[in-house]
Amino acid sequence: MQTRSNESSIGAAPLLDVRDLKKHFPVTRGFLLQREIGRVKAVDGVSFHIARGETLGLVGESGCGKTTIGRCILKLMDPTDGSIVFDGEDVTSLDRQGMRAFRRRVQAIFQDPYSSLNPRMKVHEIVGEPLWIHGEERNGAALARRVAELLEVCGLPRQLADRYPHEMSGGQRQRVGIARALALKPDFIVCDEAVSALDVSIQAQIINLLEDLRDEFGLTYLFIGHDLSVVRHLCHRVAVMYLGRLVELADADTVFDSPLHPYTRALLAAVPVPDPAIEKRRPHEVLAGEVPSPMNPPRGCVFHPRCSHAIDSCRAETPALTEPHPGHVVACPVVAAKA
Amino acid sequence: MTRYIAKRLLGALVVMWAVATLVFIMLRAVPGDPLEAMLFDSGAGPETIAVLRAKYGLDDPLYIQYGKYFVNVVQGDLGSSIYGSRVPVTQIITESLPRTLSLAGLSFIVALVIAIPAGLISAIKRHSWYDHGFTFFAFLGLSMPDFWVGILLIIVFAANLQWLPAIGYQPLSEGFWPWFKHLILPSIAVGTAFSAIVARMIRSSMLEVLKMDYMNVARSKGLLEPRLVMVHAFPNALIPVVTVMGIAFALLMAGAVVVENVFAIKGLGRVLIQGILNRDYPVVQGAILVVSAIFVLTNLVVDVLYAVIDPRIRFE
Repeated sequence: MQTRSNESSIGAAPLLDVRDLKKHFPVTRGFLLQREIGRVKAVDGVSFHIARGETLGLVGESGCGKTTIGRCILKLMDPTDGSIVFDGEDVTSLDRQGMRAFRRRVQAIFQDPYSSLNPRMKVHEIVGEPLWIHGEERNGAALARRVAELLEVCGLPRQLADRYPHEMSGGQRQRVGIARALALKPDFIVCDEAVSALDVSIQAQIINLLEDLRDEFGLTYLFIGHDLSVVRHLCHRVAVMYLGRLVELADADTVFDSPLHPYTRALLAAVPVPDPAIEKRRPHEVLAGEVPSPMNPPRGCVFHPRCSHAIDSCRAETPALTEPHPGHVVACPVVAAKA
Repeated sequence: MTRYIAKRLLGALVVMWAVATLVFIMLRAVPGDPLEAMLFDSGAGPETIAVLRAKYGLDDPLYIQYGKYFVNVVQGDLGSSIYGSRVPVTQIITESLPRTLSLAGLSFIVALVIAIPAGLISAIKRHSWYDHGFTFFAFLGLSMPDFWVGILLIIVFAANLQWLPAIGYQPLSEGFWPWFKHLILPSIAVGTAFSAIVARMIRSSMLEVLKMDYMNVARSKGLLEPRLVMVHAFPNALIPVVTVMGIAFALLMAGAVVVENVFAIKGLGRVLIQGILNRDYPVVQGAILVVSAIFVLTNLVVDVLYAVIDPRIRFE
């Protein structure tokens, strides 16, 4: 299971540094004279960094803001506040030239291989377009060669270059998506639920491919997912999110073996254990209630209404991130008090 | 593909046969008779009527009339108008069809020239002032009857400003400008209403496409906005738009009757209306046959275009 082979090659300087990232979506009412009646705080002050060559997992349930973070990093949307520094440069204030360079270095693999490939384009157009657009390769034959190489790197026969997306299986499509992402030799790839839409057997293949590519090309990943076993397998460190906030961040093993935040513990306890004997004996911490609306999040710690350990200060003030052990960050006053 | 088109053309023949038969029966089922209409106040006696009736074959039993009509149509003979100098129906149609096609074609172009940019910008800048403003004008355009718009255009551009002729038609053989200037006002009158429909269709179809993940993929490739819209989004949004445009074009063929009247263009619509009022059986039958042929062909073109637009659509 634990095959994070290039742990040693992780550098010290972060490739990506996200500081106090906020993304609020205004909710408006009215047709011509629109007024804001509230804000959905999809991401509300999240900070983390990713070292070169490292894979950071971002987990949390649907709607917790993990995809929004990915999109902000990819510059598909502009954050409301905070900074995103990629390789020493603030991404939020890039000019056209800088944007072009940024697009070459940062790529994405999306969740649904069915909707993420343009149905009107053949595979060689999909994979070759970035090379052509960025002026890497304008010669037809050479471009076709590059595309064929990329397909082969991703485990696809080169003959597929002439196919349309609808003529391929889900796994093949996702490999095309990965080949496309690799075309410009990026440094950093955001994998937004990159395997969630695939069959379990295909998932394993794609995960292995992602791992191989990481080692071969020295890639850095932000791996957004909700399948905890996949995240543990692939990621060096894991960040856990709840309702737009970061609640815990540590080494993958630490998060999975000795989680501190009550939410992380509940999340992990929800994963069934394949052994019925262990499953019967192990403690089950079932969360009461629903995730509150991000438009009107609870005061203080957003998790407190569902937390059995909540104390008065949880209801009053937003918990600060503390570091009970080196490299293990948690946002919980109860845990902080114990440490 | 060739086989598919051949099959569809065969089907088209069946449809046209059904239309021709239906029109034949319905014309004779409605009250009134061509000779009564023709000789209404001429004071002709019953003998004259009987002679004329025999001359036009109108005293034959229906199945004989139908048989004769059918044999002639198959041979390309649509008969002659029963009025005046008995002009052959094919001649009436070859004279009026270019007018209607010109008007429909230009209206179509007017509609597209307005609709494509309007729809695209509305979708891209959704909920902007532009979008709301356009929505308002689209509904305004739809709510104003085209003949009334035509009359307004005549008042402003023909009567007051005297920039363009108010009525009439010049064939294309007389030169492009004389042909074009007679059609500008009527095509604007007809085209604006259709542009509203097509633009709304483009807007909603584009909004659907812009939400797709492959648009995010395209953006993350580093493409600029024009290429994103024109290469990645718009072609994918075309299917419903082409459907609506096909229907619109077919409707223009017979639907511009009132506007043809306002601008005194003797197109297919006017021929048809006059034919019905006069109970001129051959003219009505011929004109409807041509209109139905255009309907069927337009539908076929739209279906073939689907396959061109979307590689996922293949015909057997």
